[in-house]
Amino acid sequence: MDIAGKKLIVKALMEEGVDKVFAYPGGMIVDIMDELYQKADIELILARHEQALVHEAEGYARATGKTGVCLVTSGPGATNTITAIADAHYDSVPLVVITGQVAQDLIGNDAFQEVDIVGMTRSITKYGVTVRDRKSLGRILKMAFVIASTGKPGPVLIDIPKDIQQAAGPGEYPDQVSIRGYKPNESVHIGQLKKAYKLLKSAKHPMILAGGGVRISGAEDKLLEFAHRMNIPVATTIMGKGVIPEDDPLYVGNSGMHGRYAANMAIMECDVLFSIGTRFNDRITGDLNEFAPKARIIHVDVETASISRNVVVDIPVVSDAALALEKLVEWAEPMKTDKWRTIIADWEKEHPLSMKKPAYGVSPQQVCEAISDTFSGALFVTDVGQHQMWATQYIKLNSDSRLITSGGLGTMGFGFPAAIGAKIGAPERDVVCITGDGGMQMNMQEMATAMCHGIKTVTCIFNNEYLGMVRQMQQMFFGKRYGITSLRKQSTWRDTSKDVTNRESQYVPDFMKWADAYGALGIRVTEESEILPALTQAKASDLPVVIEFTIPPEEVVLPMVQGGKAMSEMIL
Amino acid sequence: MGKVKKRWIALYVENEVGVLAKVAGLFSGKSYNLSSLTVGTTEHEDISRMTIGVTSDDITFEQIKKQLNTMVEVIKVVDLTDMPIHMKEVLFAKLKRITAEEKAEAFRIAETYGITVIDIDRDAVLLESTLTERRNDELCALLRATFSHIDIVRGGAVAVEGLSTSCR
Ligand SMILES: Cc1ncc(C[n+]2csc(CCOP(=O)(O)OP(=O)(O)O)c2C)c(N)n1
Ligand SMILES: [Mg+2]
Repeated sequence: MDIAGKKLIVKALMEEGVDKVFAYPGGMIVDIMDELYQKADIELILARHEQALVHEAEGYARATGKTGVCLVTSGPGATNTITAIADAHYDSVPLVVITGQVAQDLIGNDAFQEVDIVGMTRSITKYGVTVRDRKSLGRILKMAFVIASTGKPGPVLIDIPKDIQQAAGPGEYPDQVSIRGYKPNESVHIGQLKKAYKLLKSAKHPMILAGGGVRISGAEDKLLEFAHRMNIPVATTIMGKGVIPEDDPLYVGNSGMHGRYAANMAIMECDVLFSIGTRFNDRITGDLNEFAPKARIIHVDVETASISRNVVVDIPVVSDAALALEKLVEWAEPMKTDKWRTIIADWEKEHPLSMKKPAYGVSPQQVCEAISDTFSGALFVTDVGQHQMWATQYIKLNSDSRLITSGGLGTMGFGFPAAIGAKIGAPERDVVCITGDGGMQMNMQEMATAMCHGIKTVTCIFNNEYLGMVRQMQQMFFGKRYGITSLRKQSTWRDTSKDVTNRESQYVPDFMKWADAYGALGIRVTEESEILPALTQAKASDLPVVIEFTIPPEEVVLPMVQGGKAMSEMIL
Repeated sequence: MGKVKKRWIALYVENEVGVLAKVAGLFSGKSYNLSSLTVGTTEHEDISRMTIGVTSDDITFEQIKKQLNTMVEVIKVVDLTDMPIHMKEVLFAKLKRITAEEKAEAFRIAETYGITVIDIDRDAVLLESTLTERRNDELCALLRATFSHIDIVRGGAVAVEGLSTSCR
């Protein structure tokens, strides 16, 4: 029996087991909204901005591993999603974004709210298409869910003109599709993997570098087992942080631009580097010519195109991380790495991570450590900036907790909505957002989403009165010329001597009044003794909580490797 | 990095709206050096075939092929660089305001290159050449050196694998 396009869209969502749709209304999706209104098993989450909406879907997807579904209208609704789609693309987050489009007879007329959203997002989606024929709607929707979630996951955008939503057509939703141009890798080349294993086994100073791909493929346990069977130390990328518990004796720490001294040194000095689920982003490698200069490199990645792109590797293995590790675990035999591990332990002793106690306010290290203690096992979601780097350095992850962060695109404004989405996906867990005073203001309207849907998150604002990450560059490399990085009133910008403790007169906004305005609970922490009580109160609260921590403005993130420099050139 | 040289790819893609833009966008977005791209239909009406010429080193070229392969609309990537192939490019050259002597020279060139004079006027000739891209490059250089008023229109190369390779 023929049914309307909108009915098939809803049927597709039901058959895909979608329980939440992140939506923002508009004329070009009102038909679909009406259809969804009648389906009690799909909850509609109304965001307050489409960018935040997609970040919420990302948070949901990153927390659950399920595909996040977004529904927005044409024109500005669609263009507002672009930044967040790019974010999902660079962090391999499975999303299906449905955009309404003007009816086909209007496309090309510069009609009201017509934009070529498929064209605009071509380079930041895994797949995108405008549905031009009602008959193909079912197949395209199925393709969207398959492509978004398989292989290297990513965002898919399906643009559906209004006439297609209304037109009658086939009512079937296929349970599978074959796509001749899309064959995600589902096996592992045993010969290649054997070679990799042999090389690794021959090493004196072996290292494992694990990235976010390990988590995407659910290979955390296998990685841990593999590392332990072979006694190989493990460093992680930021996206990989937590894929092995941080109290594990083999864990060395995060490597990269703000990584641990010992982790970066271990990568500089190792003789075989076994990297898995990382694309060797420049934040990890620094100067490519100086990256792991002594090592022969094995690279396991599910996407052929990620291999030998940034770093030329000796043994490429195209495989899903879990598949490869499963085999490797079978073969694994213990190696003698005691000496090598002592060398690494000595580096750690030489330059451990730690921050000085500040003259006033609270230190980021204290705050992060107190957060991980109070909320052990939580989902920690960060924004982008210094606070993010401190979180990657000082939040301790155990096997239950996780870090969710914008790694590839570094999108300010990601944290708060992503935390809301994560809590929607995992309501039984504590979700703590760690954000900056700058990034908080990029999506603070979402407090309404949290309040209206009863979503409790704890938001920790690290208020340092600056766009700190950029200010740190000015502080270290531009003679402290803090142009447009101060978030204080402009009249006080150039006055670095101004008493920053007197924030009422200088800082906009007052985050406590903001929390209050939405009906959330605001707590301000200005000294060490207030940290734990504030976190304890936040944990017990039923309301969304905002804790503002006074961070001394000129705190910096160390160690640091300047962009383009070798990883050994750490500023300590 | 390997030598920077001219390389050729045949690309089978879905014959759908937007695919050409997506392929072209990949080259501009990632700063790959695209030197020619032609597209036409195949024996299957839902599949198009592109012939793409790029100038790059080995590593970049590998990456280009991989990136093309990740595109859902790309069905197959064939590297023609070291294959026995047949390649032709259509080229038109208008030689204008020429003297009788130059006209005679144009005919001599046409005969030598095995190309045709397809139109003629009192002081102009129009040449049509269907040669390899490289041979057309040489022809262009010669025409530029010999005549002062010329219009050149080139179509981009189309290539096909020789029977010994495509039938294997
Ligand atoms: C959307 C966006 N715009 C600009 C930047 C560049 N940027 C990176 S970190 C940062 C400062 C962030 O300030 P804040 O949120 O206060 O965090 P802090 O670094 O002070 O902890 C800026 C401007 C970015 N990453 N994202
Ligand atoms: Mg700040």
